[in-house]
Amino acid sequence: MAKITLDKLRHSYSASPAGPDDYALKEIDLDWTDGGAYALLGPSGCGKSTLLNIISGLLTPSEGRVLFDGKDVTGLPPDQRNIAQVFQFPVIYDTMSVYDNLAFPLRNRGVDAARVDARVMEIATMLELEEQLKTRAANLTPDNKQKISMGRGLVRDDVNVVMFDEPLTVIDPALKWKLRSKLKELHQKIAVTMIYVTHDQTEALTFADQVVVMQDGVIVQIGTPVELFERPQHTFVGHFIGSPGMNILPCEVTNGGAMFRGQAIALEGKIAKTGQSTEIGIRPEYVSLSDTGIPAIVRKAADLGRHTVVEAMTGDVAVSAIINGPPPEAGAEVHLSFEPSQTRVYSDGWIATEVAS
Amino acid sequence: MKTENQRAWLFVLPVLALVAFNALIPLMTVVNYSVQETFGNNLFFWQGLDWFENILRSERFHAALGRQVMFTAIILAIEIPLGVAIALAMPRKGMWVSVCLVLMALPLLIPWNVVGAMWNIFTLPDIGLLGYTLNNVLGIDYNMTQSPTAAWITIIVMDVWHWTSLVVLLAYAGLISIPEPYYQAARIDGASNWSVFRYIQLPKMKQVLTIAILLRFMDSFNIYTEPFVLTGGGPGNSTTLLSIDLVKVALGQFDLGNAAAMSLVYFAFTLLVSWLFYTIMMKDET
Repeated sequence: MAKITLDKLRHSYSASPAGPDDYALKEIDLDWTDGGAYALLGPSGCGKSTLLNIISGLLTPSEGRVLFDGKDVTGLPPDQRNIAQVFQFPVIYDTMSVYDNLAFPLRNRGVDAARVDARVMEIATMLELEEQLKTRAANLTPDNKQKISMGRGLVRDDVNVVMFDEPLTVIDPALKWKLRSKLKELHQKIAVTMIYVTHDQTEALTFADQVVVMQDGVIVQIGTPVELFERPQHTFVGHFIGSPGMNILPCEVTNGGAMFRGQAIALEGKIAKTGQSTEIGIRPEYVSLSDTGIPAIVRKAADLGRHTVVEAMTGDVAVSAIINGPPPEAGAEVHLSFEPSQTRVYSDGWIATEVAS
Repeated sequence: MKTENQRAWLFVLPVLALVAFNALIPLMTVVNYSVQETFGNNLFFWQGLDWFENILRSERFHAALGRQVMFTAIILAIEIPLGVAIALAMPRKGMWVSVCLVLMALPLLIPWNVVGAMWNIFTLPDIGLLGYTLNNVLGIDYNMTQSPTAAWITIIVMDVWHWTSLVVLLAYAGLISIPEPYYQAARIDGASNWSVFRYIQLPKMKQVLTIAILLRFMDSFNIYTEPFVLTGGGPGNSTTLLSIDLVKVALGQFDLGNAAAMSLVYFAFTLLVSWLFYTIMMKDET
C-alpha cells in the first residue's frame, strides 16, 4: 500500500518531440491517496492508458518522476513495483488451472506453498471462484476469466495499487453490472488503491470516489462524481459527463454580466476573468420551459419515460432541456429559462464565475 | 420440425468429382493391383492378401521403413525446435520484418529437384563449395557417395535447410497473434523468460505447431525427389527411404502387386500416425 505521486510527468511517443502536440501526456502532477478508488475518465486517445502504463512501469516517462510513498520508482520494472494491472481483454494462462493462475504471481516470487495456498483460497472465495479452482482456465466464460486476472492482482498482499484498463469492455452488459459491484465490494473489503481507466462515464461515476477527467494529455478536473456533475471546471467535463451533456452557449460579457442572444443572463456569481472566448454553461437538467425567457423553437422532443429531452433552437444555437411533463410538439414556440445558481460562464474553456457566498 | 436443406450436397458434387478423379480412382487401381498378380498382356490372377503378407514379412521393407522413421524423427527433432527458436528471434515490427520473411520464404520457393541438384553440386568433393572446403581446407574426409554417414548428414542438412522456414513462418504467425497485454501481464506477474515461453508463447503456438509438425511429418515421410537427386538412395541402400524403395519395386522390377501392397501399407501408416497425432494434440481444445 502506498501513496502514489506523479511529479511533472510528461510523455511523448516520438523520440524528439518538437511541440506540445507531440506529447501524449503534457505535464501531469497528481497525488493518489492510499486506499482510494479512482477513475481515470476521458475519450479514446486522451492519454489515460499511457498514464496507467507509466504508473505500472510498462512505459518509462520521457520526463518527470513516479513516486510510491515518496520513493522514486521511475526506473523500476513492473515486477519490482508491486502493482497489479487488469487489461481490457482477460489475460489468463490458458494451460494452467484456475488455481495455478492465481498462484502464479506468488510462485514467481518464491512464496512458500502453504502461504500460496492460503492466499489463493482467500482470493478465490472473495471472487466466488472456489468451485472452479481445478478447471482449466481456458474453459471459463469471459467474465470469470476477467475475475482471474483481477485475482492475480489481488493475491499479493503487498500490492501497492491495482489498475484496471477498461476491464469490462468484453463482458456482457448484464454481467458488467455484477462485476462492477463485485469490484466496489472488493475495494471496500481490502482497501487497496484502485485506479480504473474507462471512457464510460457510468462506470467511472459508479466505481470511483474520485474521478480524474483527462483530455488531450491534460487533467482537466479531479473531483467526486457530484462535483464533476454539479460544477464542471472545464466545458469539456461539462460536455463529456451527463447525458445529454452540458449546454455550452457562446455569449458576450459586457459590464460584468453575460449576454446571450441580446438577453442578460443571471449567473451563479460574478465573473472573475475573461478571455478570448466566453461561453455560458448550463446543464439541461436546469433549463426549463416557461412563459418568459429566451424564445426558441422546438426541434425535437424525445420521451425517455421518466423525463423528456427537448432540443430547442435559439437562432442557430441548439439548447437541450430535460423537463418533466408532456413533451412539446416539434416546431412549437417556447421560452427557455435558466436556473441562475446553475448557470456559469466559461472563458477559454475554463470556469470563470465564482460561487456567490 | 426442422427441415434440413439438402441442397448443400449439390455444391459438394464438383469437389467430389475432382477428388474421385485425382485420388479415389487411382487409389482404387492400386487396391486392385495389390490383390492380383500380372505377367503383362493385361492378364490378372487373383492373389488375395499374399502381397500384404509378403510385404509385412519382407526384411527389405522393414529396413526401408526403419530408415524412413529415423529420417523423419531426426528432421522433426531438428526443424521444430530450430524453427521455433528462429521465429522467437525474428523482429516483431519495423523494416526488418519483411526482410526476414522474404529470406525465410526463399528456400520454400525452390523446386524440389533443384534443391537436390544444388546440394549435389554443393557437396562434390572436387568442385563443390562445401565438399571442397571440408576435404581440402578443413581436412575432413567427406564424400557422400562413399560414406553412408556423410550421405545421411547431407540429406538431413538439406532437408533442414529446405523446410525449417515453413516451421519458422507458421510459428512466427502464431507468435505475432499474441496480444501485447499477455507480455505486460507476465512482466507484472514477475514471470521469467522461460515462463513466458512455457505458459504464453508455447500454448498460443500450439495449433500452428501441430499443423507444422503434421505437414513436416507427412512431407518428410513421403520424401522422394531430393534424396533421389542427391544420393539416389545410396551409397548401397543406406539412404533408400520408403518412397525410393517403392519406386524401385514398382518401376525398376515392375513388381506391381508387391508395390501396390507396399503403397497401401505406406499410406495407412502415414494416415494412422497423422490421425493419432492430431487427435491427441487437439484433445484439449474446445
